[in-house]
Amino acid sequence: MSAVPDRPASSLPPEISRLRRLAIMPALNEEGSIGAVIDEIRAFDPDFEIVVVDDGSSDRTSEVARSRGVHVVTLPFNLGIGAAVQTGFRFARANGFDLAVQIDADGQHDPAELPIVLEPLLAGEADFVVGSRFIGEPTFRSSFTRRLGIRLFALIVSAIAHQRLTDTTSGFRAVNRRGIALFSADYPHDYPEVETTVMVVKHRLRVKEVPVRMRERAAGESSITAMRSVYYIFKVLLALFIDLFRSSDIHVEDA
Amino acid sequence: MTPLKVTIVASLVAVGMLGVVFELIRRRRLRERYALIWVLTGVVLLILGIWRHGLNTLAGWMGIKTYPPSVLFAAILLFVLVLLLHLSIVISRLSDQNTILAQKLALFETEMLEQGRATGEGSEREQPKA
Repeated sequence: MSAVPDRPASSLPPEISRLRRLAIMPALNEEGSIGAVIDEIRAFDPDFEIVVVDDGSSDRTSEVARSRGVHVVTLPFNLGIGAAVQTGFRFARANGFDLAVQIDADGQHDPAELPIVLEPLLAGEADFVVGSRFIGEPTFRSSFTRRLGIRLFALIVSAIAHQRLTDTTSGFRAVNRRGIALFSADYPHDYPEVETTVMVVKHRLRVKEVPVRMRERAAGESSITAMRSVYYIFKVLLALFIDLFRSSDIHVEDA
Repeated sequence: MTPLKVTIVASLVAVGMLGVVFELIRRRRLRERYALIWVLTGVVLLILGIWRHGLNTLAGWMGIKTYPPSVLFAAILLFVLVLLLHLSIVISRLSDQNTILAQKLALFETEMLEQGRATGEGSEREQPKA
């Protein structure tokens, strides 16, 4: 399935109501946008529980989220995106959730596209679904270095996965119980997106990409600046190389 | 041949180092597991310092003809590298443990606050919603 499903974005398959579902929202100084994103998810599906992981914000991110009545986990200091997201998966695991979606607090992911990302999990086709910006019509513009890095990662990860993957750096992704078990046990640190995809493949979980659109950021700035892009590329390449020599030692079969 | 002064200075430095390490362990300011590598460094330096014939032989093996005490520098450099690597490993482990602690603390705090809110408000729902 490579095209956007032709059903209204607001409809979820009826079988989803039996499943406990969680939106994991890592947030660092997103007081300006997080309230709107929470409202959007609620408007779309009121039973979607939301956990905001505040990764040491200096603004009122936690307060804004808490005033909306969602779960808020406030880390005592900044742990970095990887550990923040993992905290969300640990929350999901501890509270027995069936599905977990990672979604950015800055508003660039459209909650109306949740059904697209959840579809393959509900159909039992995949354990890990990535919302790709590069399937279907291009909606994503970025600097040359970033695009080069994203293309390079896609090539390498596709080769490792024996499967064509177009967007390994997307932060819009969903997992089932097996994925939750894996991520709560182990999660990469600094720039985790590319590595998690490889990790998932090495643990024999099924990966699937679905097309999503990215919106302009509602507030705040991207955490990846032009200067950091090169460092980012080399760090991830090194991590990928080392991952090839790692054994997959986390058992998620019984999750 | 190694100059006698080099032998004396090197031995004194090694003995001094061993003394400092010993004292730090005794005062529980240095854990044994991290001190082991320091003790090893001190002992090897002391042996190389005192055992002048050994130093010369070693220098011969390494192809150092002009100045045998260079072996001392080489040995110290090697130990410094090993020590730094050891420290990096220790810091990595500490930072991993630190991350896990912070995550657990934050998760417990959330759980506690939510339970407090649920019982404190006497609400009928388990999950407080706005």
